[in-house]
Amino acid sequence: MPAVTETLETVQSVTDSGYKWGFETDIEMEFAPKGLNEDIVRFISKKKNEPEWLLEWRLKAFAMWQKMEEPTWAAVKYPPIDYQDAYYYAAPKQKVAPKSLDEVDPELLRTYEKLGIPLKEQAILAGVEGAGETPADSGRMPVAVDAVFDSVSVATTFKARLEKEGIIFCSISEAVQNHPDLVREYLGSVVPQGDNFFAALNSAVFTDGSFVYIPKGVRCPMELSTYFRINAKSTGQFERTLIIADAGSYVSYLEGCTAPMRDENQLHAAVVELVALDDATIKYSTVQNWYPGDAEGRGGIYNFVTKRGACRGARSKISWTQVETGSAITWKYPSCILQGDDSVGEFYSVAITNNYQQADTGTKMFHIGKNTRSTIVSKGISAGRGQNTYRGLVRIGPKAHGARNFTQCDSLLIGDQCGAHTVPYIENRCMTAKVEHEATTSRIAEDQLFYCRQRGLNEEEAVGMIVNGFAREVLKELPMEFAVEAQKLLQISLEGSVG
Amino acid sequence: MLKIENLHATVDGKPILNGVTLEIPSGEVHAIMGPNGSGKSTLSYVLAGREGYEVTEGSVTLNGVDLLAMEPEERAVAGVFLAFQAPVELPGVGNANFLRTALNAIRRARGEAEMDAMQFLKLARARMKVLNMPEEMLKRPVNVGFSGGEKKRNEMLQLALLAPKFAVLDETDSGLDIDALKLVADTVNSLRGPEFSALVITHYQRLLNHIVPDRVHVLSAGRVVRSGGPELAKELEASGYAGLQAAA
Repeated sequence: MPAVTETLETVQSVTDSGYKWGFETDIEMEFAPKGLNEDIVRFISKKKNEPEWLLEWRLKAFAMWQKMEEPTWAAVKYPPIDYQDAYYYAAPKQKVAPKSLDEVDPELLRTYEKLGIPLKEQAILAGVEGAGETPADSGRMPVAVDAVFDSVSVATTFKARLEKEGIIFCSISEAVQNHPDLVREYLGSVVPQGDNFFAALNSAVFTDGSFVYIPKGVRCPMELSTYFRINAKSTGQFERTLIIADAGSYVSYLEGCTAPMRDENQLHAAVVELVALDDATIKYSTVQNWYPGDAEGRGGIYNFVTKRGACRGARSKISWTQVETGSAITWKYPSCILQGDDSVGEFYSVAITNNYQQADTGTKMFHIGKNTRSTIVSKGISAGRGQNTYRGLVRIGPKAHGARNFTQCDSLLIGDQCGAHTVPYIENRCMTAKVEHEATTSRIAEDQLFYCRQRGLNEEEAVGMIVNGFAREVLKELPMEFAVEAQKLLQISLEGSVG
Repeated sequence: MLKIENLHATVDGKPILNGVTLEIPSGEVHAIMGPNGSGKSTLSYVLAGREGYEVTEGSVTLNGVDLLAMEPEERAVAGVFLAFQAPVELPGVGNANFLRTALNAIRRARGEAEMDAMQFLKLARARMKVLNMPEEMLKRPVNVGFSGGEKKRNEMLQLALLAPKFAVLDETDSGLDIDALKLVADTVNSLRGPEFSALVITHYQRLLNHIVPDRVHVLSAGRVVRSGGPELAKELEASGYAGLQAAA
């Protein structure tokens, strides 16, 4: 059969090329030894040819990190992380990467099949060594992508279009070289180096990420995206993203991909900073589907992310939408600092935990300016032995006259061994502010499942339909490109959770 | 032909059906009447394969195929439809999306092409007009905030769209005004034909004035205790269920 032949050939080519690109290169030049110290930070900065101020900035972060303790307040459990037993710059991949698709968790491959991902992309997503050295031939690319991957010509077309509008969209390393003033002005201005343990670590050792600048009055003509399905290089571990929307501008940014990605780095500590000036709007959408570990809870990514946006200008708006289905542990609180008068913050979240996954996620809304408004809609879905916590803070400052917040937290339980927790903090120091909080917890009822099945849907389709209904208010916030795939993803993430 | 032979079933270990035997030939509509607690709803759930309804003895076949060995969704695509007494709500699930997914699951099983959104809307709108349902009911979440009558009409819309081989109506007439009752009857009557059979569970003769059954059976204590023509329903309406056990 042709499909089988293709499989064999692809696996072979993937394996061969991995061998070919193995240890032959000059190792010492390419990666820093294990462990973390000032020299490693200097090594990274030098490798990236960074200006002196940025090296100082990193070293300051490192000094802070050394004095900090890993947070323990989140409702997640994991064995202690040995930070000296990791590579912080270009780890040699061969150590743990599977040599061919045969070595990859078969469940993961089945998921790829269901998502309809071509075999070549499967190998890259699964982290098969050598895969991704050549561009994959995926025909579709509806968004501008920061990873040169699919088709060079398409990417070039997008780039020309963006340049015409004066939009800067590049890797943060490039931005440091080509737009140092912008980077220097805004880097760390929303998430300072010493903000928290993981942010400090990221500030010291970040290796790449994306940079976006939208000039005054420009509406970005397309969705911007870090990856389209595939992340060519393993930049995932300590990503740093900075997005600046100048006065009156608009941008919608997509992060992540719907296919589960395997990565040899277990710890991911990204930082995302957003700055919206007067009348600017930033819409930031994430589909996070890192490898969640197997059904017994072995392996999987620790995703410890700091995301924060500052609505600095009057009438500015920042909207976070996240669909979190992957990772063994998720620790993530995309937040908004509502400084500008009449500014708006939004947080729409769907988080799924199945098998042994743990998620502690939510948001913080800081109301500082007058008439600031925030909306929080969180949908947590727990199945298997998954634990799902919503943790949120709404803080209204004394000068935030007329501020309003509405929070809705809904939890859905599937089975009887999972957990859902809601931890909302409200601090109101302004008499004229209004804060509303609603929370519900429910189960997928047997009669709902039976009703769907009596109409011809199988159990998985029925669960998928009910869960998508539960998450609808959040999913409708996603850009069209993501929404359809995200719906499919919710169903796939919960396979095997009933019956 | 639906054939039920010596069917015994328990719920939570408690025997509810105690040897039901019933044949509904293709092309016929039969009615089941009987006092509360006689096992009417249990029979409908056992036929549809609901969890928790355990068959301890007997058999059920549809056109010679063993229904009891099938999952609920397999029975559905094999042509079994249950109109629920109390249809459940599915928050956030659009009615149109639900109906089209169900229809396509059944069309797939029949080897027919799936319907796209446009084809489906055309078909659904036509059916809804007959059922006197406003089109906006397609956009609302399944049964959420529907009145009792709207829920029943939504069940009839599904019945009409899915066009099963064998339908069970579990007290679909309860709580309906006379106009809604006629719509239910019209839906069933429009499906009547040589390939279609139905079991209409009801407490009242009223519905059977509009869906004239070929046979009427009386269920009592988990057994069919009497069978007869349409006139049996009229007799029961007049004399009640008292003394039925003796007559068996």
